[in-house]
Amino acid sequence: MKKERWIPLAVIAVFLLVWQLGWQFEWVPRYMLPSPVMVVQAFVSDFPLLMTHAGVTMLEAFIGLAAGVLLGFMCAAMMDTFPKVRAGLYPILVLTQTIPPVAIAPLLILWFSYGMTPKIILVVLVAFFPMAVGLMEGFQAADADMIRMMRSMKASRWQIFWYVKFPNALGEFYSGLRIAVAYSIVGAVIAEWLGGFNGLGVYMTRVKKSLAYDKMFAVIFLVSAISLVLMGLVRMLQKKTMPWNYLKDTEEYKRRTRNEEF
Amino acid sequence: MRELLKAEHIAKSYSDKQVLKDISVTLNEGEIVSLLGVSGVGKTTLFNVLSGLVMPDSGTVTLEGEDITGKAGYLSYMLQKDLLLPHKKVIDNVALPLLLSGVRKKEARERASSLFEQFGLSGTEYKYPAQLSGGMRQRAAFLRTYLCGKEVVLLDEPFGALDTITRSSMHEWYLKIMDEIRLSTILITHDIDEAVLLSDRIYIMRGSPALITDEIVITENKPRSPEFVLSEEFLRYKKQIKELLR
Repeated sequence: MKKERWIPLAVIAVFLLVWQLGWQFEWVPRYMLPSPVMVVQAFVSDFPLLMTHAGVTMLEAFIGLAAGVLLGFMCAAMMDTFPKVRAGLYPILVLTQTIPPVAIAPLLILWFSYGMTPKIILVVLVAFFPMAVGLMEGFQAADADMIRMMRSMKASRWQIFWYVKFPNALGEFYSGLRIAVAYSIVGAVIAEWLGGFNGLGVYMTRVKKSLAYDKMFAVIFLVSAISLVLMGLVRMLQKKTMPWNYLKDTEEYKRRTRNEEF
Repeated sequence: MRELLKAEHIAKSYSDKQVLKDISVTLNEGEIVSLLGVSGVGKTTLFNVLSGLVMPDSGTVTLEGEDITGKAGYLSYMLQKDLLLPHKKVIDNVALPLLLSGVRKKEARERASSLFEQFGLSGTEYKYPAQLSGGMRQRAAFLRTYLCGKEVVLLDEPFGALDTITRSSMHEWYLKIMDEIRLSTILITHDIDEAVLLSDRIYIMRGSPALITDEIVITENKPRSPEFVLSEEFLRYKKQIKELLR
């Protein structure tokens, strides 16, 4: 695996090189496409401003994400415990996913004005779904025999949830969280486009109006970098909290599977 | 001998299919009794009834005279799958019944760890189940069952998922440990050799809906040596059972 890491890096390097050459030889009019070097320069010169805006966007995304995850968790637990709630709610949840967030954002801004509230609400909405569905499926997929065994030990409903269902859903939880993290940054940016005072989306609309292509590219890369870092953090968190899930990578596991001992 | 568990005239149907019809079994203190029958004859259904997870249509289950029909938590129950929680270290898996009943983690771990050696699990306390071999996982599951602290243990094909060599070492281990802890056990199996080797008595379950058609007493003294399987005595029992199952 590790040996092949250089391949995507090489692809990126080639891409940047072609881009720079394209700018050098004016394959595209210069005012439309800045060079990678110019994008970096724009990023450096606007760095303090970008960081202020990024701070606002990330704050919105985090608050929304936390609320979305919490709501998603509660909703999933309810749907798992009460089949009637699941029957009533699940199809509606899936249905609401056909509504694009971009379509609700203007409405939210009309309702809640230009502050952080509409952005946070949009993030809650986009983060909620992957969490609720992922977690519920994780709860449902718990081994029926495991639950039977717990019941034969007189475990309470809560104990079965805590010892069997919740750990069983942790994998789905993190998959859902990775998606939700990416969605939440994008969601916050989209809501900011449509009106606001601070945030990367606001910055985007401003540099668009002044046709500052270099700054537009800089902010695009920044948004993608933030998402990447956050997704990486989620992965690290998963490795930390689910050590048993990564046993296959350890030397001991390999040794044991090679030479099964009684 | 004290009569511990008694099931009388158990019948059970699922939708329109009758699975069990008038089944009666008893288990005395310190005995190992096998339920022997082909797969799908209803052995597991009977276990679900005995353990109280499923309510029979008719019949009663009593433990030392007390009616426990349809009440879970009176007997320990162990299945073919080890059903260890993958996210818990072996010691916490084993101590699970203690933790569930409200014993504090430290005390539960202490009580569990004192038995690790006897169950051939030394050094595995702080590993995860995935790091153990199949036989070790099954022994851990067995220790967990033992720590349920119930007088009667139901074992549903506990050695069924193991390969032949591991299974016969597990049989040896099991004979030894049962001599030490003397649990009263009902064992489900479809393996005739296993039934003869381990049991004091064997109930033969046959038919659809299932009935107990025969009861065989294995008189071989305990503790039994693994060499018992090579004796003529053993072969005689095996032949007798094969004929009964025909």
